[in-house]
Amino acid sequence: MKKAGVVYMFTSLVCMVITSLAFGGSAKEVSVSKEITVSAAISLKNAFEEIGKLCESKYATKCIFNFAGSGDLLKQIAGGAPVDVFASAAKKDMDEADKQGLTVTGTRSDFALNSVVLVVPAQARTALKSFEGLNSADVKKIAVGNPKSVPAGRYAEEVFNFYKILPSIKDRLIYTENVRQVLDYVARGEVDAGVVYATDAAVRSKEVVVIATAPESTHKPVVYPVSVIKGSKNEVDAKAFISLVLSDEGQAILHKYGFKSSKQ
Amino acid sequence: MENSVIFSVRLSLQVALLSTILIIVSGIPVAYLLARKDFKGRELLDMLCTLPLVLPPTVTGYYLVLVFGRNGLIGSFIYQWTGWSIMFTWYAAVIASYVVALPLMIKTARAAIESVNRNFVEASYALGLSEFETVVYVVIPLAKRGIIAGVVLSFARSMGEFGATLMLAGNLPGKTDTMPIAIYSLSGSGEWTKAHLMVALMTLISGVFLYIANRYSKKNI
Repeated sequence: MKKAGVVYMFTSLVCMVITSLAFGGSAKEVSVSKEITVSAAISLKNAFEEIGKLCESKYATKCIFNFAGSGDLLKQIAGGAPVDVFASAAKKDMDEADKQGLTVTGTRSDFALNSVVLVVPAQARTALKSFEGLNSADVKKIAVGNPKSVPAGRYAEEVFNFYKILPSIKDRLIYTENVRQVLDYVARGEVDAGVVYATDAAVRSKEVVVIATAPESTHKPVVYPVSVIKGSKNEVDAKAFISLVLSDEGQAILHKYGFKSSKQ
Repeated sequence: MENSVIFSVRLSLQVALLSTILIIVSGIPVAYLLARKDFKGRELLDMLCTLPLVLPPTVTGYYLVLVFGRNGLIGSFIYQWTGWSIMFTWYAAVIASYVVALPLMIKTARAAIESVNRNFVEASYALGLSEFETVVYVVIPLAKRGIIAGVVLSFARSMGEFGATLMLAGNLPGKTDTMPIAIYSLSGSGEWTKAHLMVALMTLISGVFLYIANRYSKKNI
């Protein structure tokens, strides 16, 4: 009996190994001569995937994307991830990359702008019309990103400060760990209002309504910088990708997804 | 069904299977050492093996990047010799799942091995079996329940691994997007129908797996 058990375990192990090897074989990627890896902020996913297709058809360069939060992407690059291009959703992370000497000097440029908007749940009947309106006692919970770690939260705070409403609404703020969480809370009606980027609001336009866009003078510009990463094995194609993003075609795609051109 | 969905399901199963095999092969000996041997650095080994259970997975993932990245402790050697980096490959997803799920195996197997009646072990030695034979024929069969529970937990944890995987293996569509990562990615770009499909599939597969595991362990033990 004992022996049978051991034999059973061993055979099932062998079967598992064989299955995984078979899987492994098929998961191996076909090597293409021209290939670049682009680490981009997840908010850029839709737009960049389209630009990636354009890049493939134009230059026959295959773009492999890695989408995550800008802070995580920076940590990966600092640890030596094989990345050719880094596109960040915040100036701060790119500044940090520059400071740590991770980028190729002279390849950095700002390629897009975003705007900061005030959103409310689509089904809510609210008298809220503007950022100043948040001061009203009817607004009980306002979701914003945690200013310590979420760029969108820092911009929100700047806007609140501009309208001088931060002290009076401070204890109504609900801090989140990323900007999508703000969007979730608003979409589910858990909060009365939230501050997100225009592009995020566009992704869930059925569930949230934009009621005000913060004027550019109320916060620092929300720029998206891009740069070639040092140690790239394919610097030429990496640069070509960046110029494609900056080209009229690339900018048109970004515009389609709600980003504004940074070249005004 | 969409190709990308099938890919993610397959990749998740592949990563979880391989990581579970590695966990069985390495976890049981470590659990045995911790349970039955008194050696220098036992507490340190125990602490190191438990740490991923306590740390947020993203932090574990960050440590893994520091070890396996091109500038990392081990990664820099691999890069120098082969010009290849494990980061952003599906092997990285296996490593991340392995490290995060290993404590579950070690903790449960250790408790099971510790609870094996000493008298049986002594009897086995008295009858002339070597230590290895005693482990294989006496200790492991008696600790089977706990060990199988450890295997089930590790597999389930490997299937659901997200934070450490995102750091070390990245979110490369068609290359390293396991089910949890694909769900994150799809919700990020607002593709809700696909995201919901993936969530349903993930729940179904995990549910079926846990059901089978429970049935099996009730019948056979």
